Amino acid sequence: MIVVVCVKQIPDPADPGALDPDTKTLKRDVKLILDESDSYGVEMGLQLVDAAGEGEVRLVSMVPNSEVSGLRTALAMGAESAVLVSDEALAGSDALSTAKVLAAAIRRCEPDLVLTGTESSDGYTGTVPAQVAELMDLPSVTFAKEIAVADGVATVKRQTEDGYDEIECSLPAVVSVTAGVVEPRYPSFKGIMAAKNKPVDEVDLAALGIDPGTVGWAGAGQEITDIAEAPAREAGEVIVDEGDAHERILAFLDDLKIL
Amino acid sequence: MSQSTATYPRQPSSFLSEDHETFRQTVASFVEREIRPNVDAWERDGQCDRELYRKAGAAGLLGLRYDEAYGGANLDFMATCVLAEELAKGDSIGTAVALMAQSEFALAILADEATDAQKEAFMAPAIAGELIGAIGVSEPGAGSDVAAITTRARRDGGDYVISGQKTFISNGTRADFITLAVRTGEAGPKGISLVIFPTDTPGFEVGRRLDKLGARASDTGELFFDECRIPATNLVGEEGHGLRYILSHFGGERLVIAAFAVGIMERLIELGLDYANEREAFGGPIMGFQTWRHRFAEMATRLEATRLLAHQAARLLSDKDPAGDIAVSMAKLHAADAVQSVAAEILQLHGGFGQMEESPIPRYYRDVAGFSIGAGTSEIMRELIARALV
Ligand SMILES: Cc1cc2nc3c(=O)[nH]c(=O)nc-3n(C[C@H](O)[C@H](O)[C@H](O)COP(=O)(O)OP(=O)(O)OC[C@H]3O[C@@H](n4cnc5c(N)ncnc54)[C@H](O)[C@@H]3O)c2cc1C
Ligand SMILES: Cc1cc2nc3c(=O)[nH]c(=O)nc-3n(C[C@H](O)[C@H](O)[C@H](O)COP(=O)(O)OP(=O)(O)OC[C@H]3O[C@@H](n4cnc5c(N)ncnc54)[C@H](O)[C@@H]3O)c2cc1C
Repeated sequence: MIVVVCVKQIPDPADPGALDPDTKTLKRDVKLILDESDSYGVEMGLQLVDAAGEGEVRLVSMVPNSEVSGLRTALAMGAESAVLVSDEALAGSDALSTAKVLAAAIRRCEPDLVLTGTESSDGYTGTVPAQVAELMDLPSVTFAKEIAVADGVATVKRQTEDGYDEIECSLPAVVSVTAGVVEPRYPSFKGIMAAKNKPVDEVDLAALGIDPGTVGWAGAGQEITDIAEAPAREAGEVIVDEGDAHERILAFLDDLKIL
Repeated sequence: MSQSTATYPRQPSSFLSEDHETFRQTVASFVEREIRPNVDAWERDGQCDRELYRKAGAAGLLGLRYDEAYGGANLDFMATCVLAEELAKGDSIGTAVALMAQSEFALAILADEATDAQKEAFMAPAIAGELIGAIGVSEPGAGSDVAAITTRARRDGGDYVISGQKTFISNGTRADFITLAVRTGEAGPKGISLVIFPTDTPGFEVGRRLDKLGARASDTGELFFDECRIPATNLVGEEGHGLRYILSHFGGERLVIAAFAVGIMERLIELGLDYANEREAFGGPIMGFQTWRHRFAEMATRLEATRLLAHQAARLLSDKDPAGDIAVSMAKLHAADAVQSVAAEILQLHGGFGQMEESPIPRYYRDVAGFSIGAGTSEIMRELIARALV
């Protein structure tokens, strides 16, 4: 079974990021790392391949530069190969352009199953997985917490607000994996060494047959018109217990629709 | 207080590769996810969670230097240095000791001297984190003077029958097996052998879990052996060669202590930088006082000197260079001294706050007190270095 996992490489969230005042987007000229949101997809893919007893995990990633360090992390966890789409013309791509590029790259990997995160840690539109599925004309399943594959059918437990749906769909399909549902393995030293020799196929737009005018700044169907400082956090509400604190806390949580 | 915001500008080590630095990230995230959130509880309980060994085993942290056939990674001491440096930053040296007493102290001799069957039975499961191992040498009457041990193993047909006592044994209260030093022959250095002692052997008893100044999340045991019968096939290597095996494998333990010191100094300096920049006195940050700026400069220099000595020793030990033993003695001697002085400085920097148990500072101060004792005291290190000079 070939499981393709889409992994985004992002600026380290631990470092203070900066927005570029000219393009109004996140500066990405720093070292990029594996988006933690995608480590769950990688782990899920590895577990599915283990369970199937055959096959491998292949990675697909798109970056404006040739960054591979995030890919190496996922390869060190156990993925076998990667396709890296890197092209200067990709700068400024919006989510739909990203999905177009990913879809073209995924096709090259001949997947039985495509896994993604539910949303990235930096862009977090949460729209790429469904767009990829639509562009590839594949079933789209979102917010998976458990996936089982048998006889060309995926059985997925899909997280909902108050439980889960259990659904079945034919393969190939695009399934987005909820963060935290599996424990991503640590890349071992052996894995780190092996990762260096695993194939990373770097392709540009021409190789994917994509017209540069349809992606990047040129193809963006959306425009960021303004950016502003986030408002400072407001002071919290202090509840002093006068015998009814528990009721007021419940009411407060109810207001937030947490209960 | 857990994560520091300051990042110590670590000097690049010419002894390490890019793979080592990537591996450092693995260990650092293991510490953040599996260790740091739990250390307060483990320090209180006097031992870390047994499950931690399994997790460390699954992450490939327990067998770095050992044969891949038994689950190891076939690496050299440089990887051990990186592992120990990062484990030491989890704010609980006891936890770091618990893991390294397994992966380095208990297993190193087995890796070199045990039979395939012994490795299969004990080393492989220990590397996977399913069994806990300990190294049992010290006794109430014999510490620095290893050749003075009296725990006796009498040959009886196909068995050894063991009687005696050990003390200060890390992982001792719950180890599944002990790499045990026993006297099989005459008094003195030639009568010592090593055996693998399974702790479910009748007649074996764990006394107290010892109540220590520092390293409190590492359980340290007092062990009693009363006519314990184990098969003679548990002998490690040759009878009468035990002392040689012990002495020739002390290097790894000493290196681990030196590397712990490096990690601790990095962590303490980062915590100190945060505090010195934030805390104000007499209208400005503490960092504004030249006396503190210079003390930071001093601490960073001690840290880098220790790192160089440790990495140099790791290189020589890996290459089986005869100079490795002296290098590692120097590294450990210097490391204990440097880390104790840095811990005292950072404690002083924190004023009254440094005395409060809610900060990790007093714990580090206590934890490093034993660095000039365990794995060979500083006096013994000086003795070893001096012997090579005179
Ligand atoms: C006008 C504009 C300009 C932008 N300019 C840039 C730019 O110059 N450089 C840049 O990098 N970003 C840029 N972005 C942001 C970037 O386009 C989005 O991050 C990207 O389109 C994916 O959207 P998302 O992060 O919201 O994905 P989501 O839909 O939140 O992601 C869900 C999942 O999709 C997959 N996925 C998403 N993106 C990728 C990827 N790149 N590779 C592999 N898998 C992926 C992952 O599995 C992820 O977990 C720009 C956005 C806009 C609107
Ligand atoms: C936390 C902890 C964990 C430990 N874990 C283990 C373990 O897992 N397994 C194990 O076998 N042991 C373990 N030990 C024991 C440790 O190795 C010994 O404590 C150490 O070797 C010192 O021995 P001792 O305590 O008997 O001190 P002694 O040897 O009695 O020394 C007392 C003092 O005399 C000094 N001294 C001794 N000989 C000389 C000399 N020739 N010249 C000058 N000064 C000298 C020493 O430096 C010391 O200051 C542990 C100890 C501690 C504290």
